[in-house]
Formats: sequence, structure tokens, C-alpha cells
Amino acid sequence: MELPTKTFRVTRADLVRYAGASGDFNPIHWSDRFATKVGLPGVIAHGMFTMALVGRAVAEWAGAPDAVVDYGVRFTRPVVVPDDDAGTEIEVTARVKEVTGEGLTRLDITATCRGEKVLSQARAVIRTPR
Amino acid sequence: MPLDPSFVGRTYPPTAPYQVGREKIREFATAVGATDPAHHDPDAARALGHPDVVAPPTFPVVVTMAASQQIIEDPALGMDYSRVVHGDQRFAYARPVVAGDELVCVNTIEDINHRGGHDFLTTRTDVRTPAGEPVVTVWSKLVVRGEA
Repeated sequence: MELPTKTFRVTRADLVRYAGASGDFNPIHWSDRFATKVGLPGVIAHGMFTMALVGRAVAEWAGAPDAVVDYGVRFTRPVVVPDDDAGTEIEVTARVKEVTGEGLTRLDITATCRGEKVLSQARAVIRTPR
Repeated sequence: MPLDPSFVGRTYPPTAPYQVGREKIREFATAVGATDPAHHDPDAARALGHPDVVAPPTFPVVVTMAASQQIIEDPALGMDYSRVVHGDQRFAYARPVVAGDELVCVNTIEDINHRGGHDFLTTRTDVRTPAGEPVVTVWSKLVVRGEA
């Protein structure tokens, strides 16, 4: 079963807000000068910010803010965020892999940005929605 | 220089307790766009059976990232943090983190390997209350990019 696709818009302002809330002030997430110096195409989103947005999608699918019991991802490609008002978009889809007798549902998740996969092996276990 | 594989299995001393504040959870939830009332309103959280506002699933990284300085800054291990990128991340929850929690982290190095010129370091952080109640187990894989 496929779950409804969710799309998240990410702008520079979101990265600044996430940096403050998370305490991750790595300049690759706010300085083009620094990001390009270390070989990145530009400022990139925190991997953990992408993971948080996908976590939101999972919790919304589950229908409860406390339903996630296991959640893991691999960061495969950076999400480049241009310095404009439009930013970029992350698209999240998921498929139910298994519903267990213990009241748990396993999800396989796909997150893409500009058609390219930004997370791989993204999986979550949620309490099965009632 | 590759990371020393003899660090695999090493467990670091427990960190000082992190006090999870209600406003920090609200700030984090707002930053990631998590608008469910249980992240913001204690009454909504209590209706779900929690003592106070509930943190979004990735919130524990705020606590574990601070705690991981213990490994990153271990001079004996000798990581060059400016070359580090985040590889994998996983959370296995015994229960959600809630405001009012005091959280202690115990870091263990689970794996170190070297391939393709890069170092891969996998850490496990057991996040518990000071009384020893397990809250969440967090795995991170850090990739230390080799010199080009």
C-alpha cells in the first residue's frame, strides 16, 4: 500500500531556524562561501532537518505525534537550498511493508529532491493506526 | 591517518544530565514544522498519556549531538571533524522524549572501518534517565572523508 505523497518546501530561512533550534551551526548550512570552499555545490540542508521533515510525514501518516517507535535513514545526496524565496522541495512517499501482530507497521520511505533520491534505506516502524 | 580500530567496543563515561525544556521542544517542533498540539500544548500531550509536551521523533539528536563531542574531541581517537559528513542515523525509542526529562547519554563506538580512502565510524548512544530508565537508543554513522 502506498501512502499519500507529502511535499515540503525548504528555504534558507528554514535552515537558519533549524540551526538555532538544533544547535548545529556548521557553516555549510548557511554560508555559500564556506560550502563551496569544501567542495559542495552550495548551501545544503542539514541531513537531520531532512530526516525531521520525513519524520513529520511519518507521524502524520500514523495519525499520532508519538507513534514512531523506530526510524532510520542513510543520507545519500545533499539537499542544495538556493538563496531565494522559493528554495527547493523535498518529496516524501512511503509504502507499507508489513503490519505485525504486535500492533506495529513497517514503512519503506523514499525522499527525493529534484528527482534525485536524498535518503536511502529510510525505514520507520510506527504503532499501527487504529 | 585512518582511525584506530582498537577503539571499537569502547564505552565512554555517562554525560552530565541534559534537562529537556518545554520551550526547547516547542522551538524544535516549530523549526521542523511539526504543528501537532502535543508538541506545544501540555494539555494535548496529557490527553495522549504523557506528562508534558512530546518531542518530535528526531529531537533526541539535540541531546546526542552535544554528547558526541566526547568522541569527536577525544584526542586519542584523532578525528578531523572538518572532514566529517553524516552517513546514517537511526533512533529506536522505548518511549518519546517529553519536557521535564533528564537525559544521560552513554556513548559506545560500535564499528570503525576504512574503505575507499574514507573512515566510517558507527556510534551507539544509550539515552536514559538518571534512574536508568531507557528512553531511546541512537545510532550514527559518521564518514571522515579522506584527503583528496
